[in-house]
Amino acid sequence: MRSGNVAIIAWLLFLLICIAIVSRTQFTTDLSAFLPQTPTAEQQLLMDQIKDGLASRLILVGIEGDNAETRAQLSKLTAQRLRSNPAFIAVNNGESIFTENDQAFLFNNRYLLSPTVTKERFTPQGLHDAISESITLLASPAGLMIKNMLPQDPTGEMMQLLTQMSHERQPELNEGVWVSKNGDRALMLVQTKALGSDTDAQQRAILSIQQAFNAAKVDMLKITSDSKLNAKLVMTGPSVFTVNARDSIKKQVFRLSVIGILLISTLLLLVYRSFTALVLGLLPVLTGALAGIAIVSITFGMIHGITLGFGTALIGEAIDYSIYLFVQSESGKASQQDWMKRFWPTIRLGVMTSICGFASLLFSGFPGLAQLGLYAISGLVTAAIVTRFVLPHLLPSSFHIHDMSVIGEYLSKKVKQAQLLFWPAIALLIFACLIVLSQRNEIWSKNIASLSPVSQADIALDTQLRADVGAPDVRYMVVVSANNMESALQASEQVSALLQLQIDDENIANYESPSRYLPSKQTQHARQDSIPNATSLSNNLVQALIDLPIQPEKLAPFIQDASEAKDQPLLQTTDLKDTSMAMALEGLLLNRGSKWNALLPLTALKDKEINASKIRQALLAAQLNNVVIIDLKTESDKLYASYMQEAISYSLIGLATIITLLMFVFKSIPQLLRVILPLAAAVLSVTAALTILGHQLIILHLVGLLLVVAVGSNYALFFNQSSLSARTLTSMLFANLTTVIGFGILAFSNVTILQALGITVAPGVILALLYSIIFAKKHDA
Amino acid sequence: MHTVTIRLSHFFIAATFAFSLLFTSHSLAETFNIQQLMQSLAKAKPHHARFTEKKYFALLDEPVESSGELFFVAPDQLEKRTLLPQAETLLVNGNKILIERSNKTYYFTTQNLPELGVLINSIRGTLAGNQSALERSFQLKLTGNNDDWKLQLTPTNEKIQKLIKYIHIAGHQSQIESIEVFQFDGDRSYMLIQPVKQTQ
Repeated sequence: MRSGNVAIIAWLLFLLICIAIVSRTQFTTDLSAFLPQTPTAEQQLLMDQIKDGLASRLILVGIEGDNAETRAQLSKLTAQRLRSNPAFIAVNNGESIFTENDQAFLFNNRYLLSPTVTKERFTPQGLHDAISESITLLASPAGLMIKNMLPQDPTGEMMQLLTQMSHERQPELNEGVWVSKNGDRALMLVQTKALGSDTDAQQRAILSIQQAFNAAKVDMLKITSDSKLNAKLVMTGPSVFTVNARDSIKKQVFRLSVIGILLISTLLLLVYRSFTALVLGLLPVLTGALAGIAIVSITFGMIHGITLGFGTALIGEAIDYSIYLFVQSESGKASQQDWMKRFWPTIRLGVMTSICGFASLLFSGFPGLAQLGLYAISGLVTAAIVTRFVLPHLLPSSFHIHDMSVIGEYLSKKVKQAQLLFWPAIALLIFACLIVLSQRNEIWSKNIASLSPVSQADIALDTQLRADVGAPDVRYMVVVSANNMESALQASEQVSALLQLQIDDENIANYESPSRYLPSKQTQHARQDSIPNATSLSNNLVQALIDLPIQPEKLAPFIQDASEAKDQPLLQTTDLKDTSMAMALEGLLLNRGSKWNALLPLTALKDKEINASKIRQALLAAQLNNVVIIDLKTESDKLYASYMQEAISYSLIGLATIITLLMFVFKSIPQLLRVILPLAAAVLSVTAALTILGHQLIILHLVGLLLVVAVGSNYALFFNQSSLSARTLTSMLFANLTTVIGFGILAFSNVTILQALGITVAPGVILALLYSIIFAKKHDA
Repeated sequence: MHTVTIRLSHFFIAATFAFSLLFTSHSLAETFNIQQLMQSLAKAKPHHARFTEKKYFALLDEPVESSGELFFVAPDQLEKRTLLPQAETLLVNGNKILIERSNKTYYFTTQNLPELGVLINSIRGTLAGNQSALERSFQLKLTGNNDDWKLQLTPTNEKIQKLIKYIHIAGHQSQIESIEVFQFDGDRSYMLIQPVKQTQ
């Protein structure tokens, strides 16, 4: 009894420590757990974009229901409220709020911004050419844009700037606001001030938008005769996804845990007919779950929601150990001692194979996978140890569970009949092999998005809103790295010159550059220097106008503006305030400590892919250092592929370790095969079934297959024993049922990665048990 | 330096009216009124015409001239193809405005020019035979007779009044002959239109 007390006290202490750690654990749900720990330079850029890039701070808002007029009015009222909220940098719903500020900024600074401001531009010949072009333009529809500007800007610098910024992709407009293509949804683009990775701030921003919309509805009801408005708000965007995912994972993890525990408890209560047995049986599981969370939390500093969701499923697996103990042993201390002698080595071996399987995940370069591995190992080991060393001491001397010999005998009979299924099972297995072999290139999903905890419905809404808004789908961008802003801008200008040639070559349609909105100081100086002094400029102008139908005195404002521009202070970031270009600049010029990045996204021509290697060569030829062109899609696919590759090879290593371990224990190849065969059969069959049903497998399916091996190994090991009692059979049936319940519940989750785990493990363990029975050694007594 | 607001409006008022009123082939009834004019315009089919245009600017010593062709495809596609003095295409489709000039394409939307959005929509109202939509933006006045009529459109919107004083569209029977736009600042434009006979 003394050793028993020590064990109990140690266990209680351990529980307390775990609870203390768990209560302080941080909980995350973003994709970051599935991004690499030691990224390459390109991967780092990709990750920065995913976590904090311009796109991560964009919320797409749609207003649906009621009529177009009401939607437009609601859009305007909502936008008006949001614009006065400092949490938002920009709120664009198609109203021309910024137009005047934008035009004022461009016009007032045209001599610092326009790329055509050069020395040649202000010679008599240069002026003559530019002004006659402007006069020709006057005759055209575009000319009406310049009529009022001509006395101040006869060389057409403003037109240059507008041409650069002219975009084809603009949403349709109805009742003064953006609407979807079919017109039944008003649209709005909102940029948050908070970074995309700041989930709490994003959640507040999303709430503010909803509140602004609700308030707008209240305002509308005051001015319309309608008594009720049916309009509703829909939102999408990376931050909306993250917030929703966090919410739904939180809710689901809780709900799934509760349902899982309830179902398993009900089952066990029916089996045991004893509350004491139920409570005692749950102790190892709860200890394991707590230990798993605590150890992951200590190791990683936080725990991912997915790991927790996974934990709920593990309840169904970890409870097996106590089921084995209760069902396989007779009542009374002596028989428990007997159980430990007879069955514990088998269970221990099962636990060890599980550890081998999951240990491979520990070495993954992706924190999310490593977390799953660590959680599973610590949870299972803890549950097993508690079952073995603590639980027997806690059992009251009168402990007994309901007699189940009837079930046991029935099962024994069935098991004997199961041998008849040997050949059909072999046939099924061959069929599964053929499917897996023939589809081997299609089995694994190659898309990183498949990892996202975002539901398909949310993705569909996002795709639709994005198409409606015409939000650019940035794939290629040139990235400049520099130590300060000036160098970043200077390099951007050099790259811009190269990209201009790519436009002329019809490789790209257009590009964006931060230097468009904020030229480098060097360039701004050069442009100022290219403007002659007022006297020379006047003289040049008189010569330029000799054969043109315009009198020099009518262009006096030009001389004045140009002279003023020559001495005006250089543009700074702050000068862009209150223009829509401030937002553009913020997304294109990034500062992280002493590191600056300039992004130059490329737009493809219609129906023509961008030839990236051509641009790469041009950059190389120009000897631009610290400039790379990245293809975000290829980069993220590469990232995912390497991730998948890594997981697969680690799993194979895990499998090899399991085989080695079993070989070491059995020292017999036929025995080894008898254990391995049912497991391999289960894995192949599940993979084949998922493939037939059109599921492309992601990492979590792979983790699920590992679990099938881990759990199934217990069954296979038991069936490999020389004698298989009715009790053992009964215990395995219930162990199997609890596992199926634990994971089966996950299959109903709408978080894709949890669902993937559920639909793999639940059928997998059933198959593992069936194959174990079918392929078992004959035990005819 | 002070700011300048860019206005495409002048052109559009002239051009879109030209488009909307140009293509009518139905003879007008004996009792000549706006309603009948609108009804015949509503039945307009895809058509094709030549134009010459003179624009008078206070800034310039002499008017600038241009010429080319006009097209209209129902319900909302308008095209002005200038051939001289420099090739240029203007296309209005839905709320999208596209100008092609010296191998460059400029994209605008009616949202860049909000007052124009109202205009273009009301002009489409005209093409659809929707007189009330037109009357929302303009005060209409028809003078003359069936063989020599003149429609005067005076903007009712204050913003647009700051740009355009009024527009005169003249024609005989179902034929539009000219569109004259009188701007607020005294500049004006005059467009002469000759329909190209459709070869059946």
